[in-house]
Amino acid sequence: MENPEKKPNTRGIWDWFDPRGRNVGGWGFIINRISAIGLTVYLYLHLVMLGKLAQGPEAYDSFIAFAKQPLILFGEMLVIIGGIYHGLNGVRIALNSFGVGVSTQKQLLYGVLGLTVIGTLIFGWRMLLAH
Amino acid sequence: MSEEKWTVNFVVYRKKGEGEPHYQTFTLEVSPDEYVIDGVERIWAFHDRSLVFAHACHHSTCGACGMRVNGVEKLTCITRIRDVTTNGGTLRIEPLRNFPVISDLVVDMSRLYVGMDKVHAPAVHPLSMAPLEGGGIKPPRDVPMDDGKEYLRLADCIECGLCISACPIAGTAEDYLGPAVLAAAQLQGLNRAPDLTAIVDCVDGVWRCHSAYECTAVCPSNVDPGWRIMDLRRQVLAQRIRRWFGGA
Repeated sequence: MENPEKKPNTRGIWDWFDPRGRNVGGWGFIINRISAIGLTVYLYLHLVMLGKLAQGPEAYDSFIAFAKQPLILFGEMLVIIGGIYHGLNGVRIALNSFGVGVSTQKQLLYGVLGLTVIGTLIFGWRMLLAH
Repeated sequence: MSEEKWTVNFVVYRKKGEGEPHYQTFTLEVSPDEYVIDGVERIWAFHDRSLVFAHACHHSTCGACGMRVNGVEKLTCITRIRDVTTNGGTLRIEPLRNFPVISDLVVDMSRLYVGMDKVHAPAVHPLSMAPLEGGGIKPPRDVPMDDGKEYLRLADCIECGLCISACPIAGTAEDYLGPAVLAAAQLQGLNRAPDLTAIVDCVDGVWRCHSAYECTAVCPSNVDPGWRIMDLRRQVLAQRIRRWFGGA
């Protein structure tokens, strides 16, 4: 039978983020992708912020004052959550790639999530104290 | 099978030729202990003879009846209706993802078969080339031996394609070999089949996998492709390290 449609039956990158029908490892993958995109966006924002240094102390100080808004602080918390999760999950995947802990990858993911929560609480507390 | 009867709405993906895909609902009275493929066959037999779907053995050997049931890849001949819906509930039946749809619920699985050819995947392996992970599993006495007096076993993979459909990466990387193919390569082992190294140690080989383990979750045949891809990575890394130190 001639195939009327050669294109695969896929929604492309949207299937990366669709949690329906996914299992534990799939959820880990989705969070990993979202944190990767978030951290990449943050990297560019960070470079913009550093660029303020080149515009003189007034520009930098006014940006720092702006950055103390609750919404920006919330964004910083998201960066911390994303950074901790992405880094620890990277260690999990690297271990798996060396054949270590593959049969316990779910438990390792739960560990990654647990450490992310603990790290988030510690950093969140320090951030509240600092402000 | 119990006498219990359920009313279930089968919401079936339909697509013919260049036409737009749509869903068609068929309400059936079924036994909850029947299998999903039984319902699909009944739709074809009594409601719409134009429904296109694939099936053959009805006992999870041929791998033909793989579909997505309520968004999850299932071998429909071993998926009891009771396990995936409720009385009065809905069963959304869709074709596998990441393959071109030929018609309705049938997809073109050339991608999988071409990959299997690429890694020269045989259906029968010497036992030493197909390690039974988990330890402690001994071959039964009636496992046949080849001429070299080595135990043989059938490969577990039934080439149903569920793993490729479930893989979130296979949808965006059409040249990715995919879980079943990489599992077939692992089954042979890079030490025994060194020509496979160049095929799997590349961007569309073991390194394309992003460790979602969806393949392992949906595999109806306990192949555990996720474990096998990671083991293949370990083999590739071991080869590289040996080469760095001047080994073969």
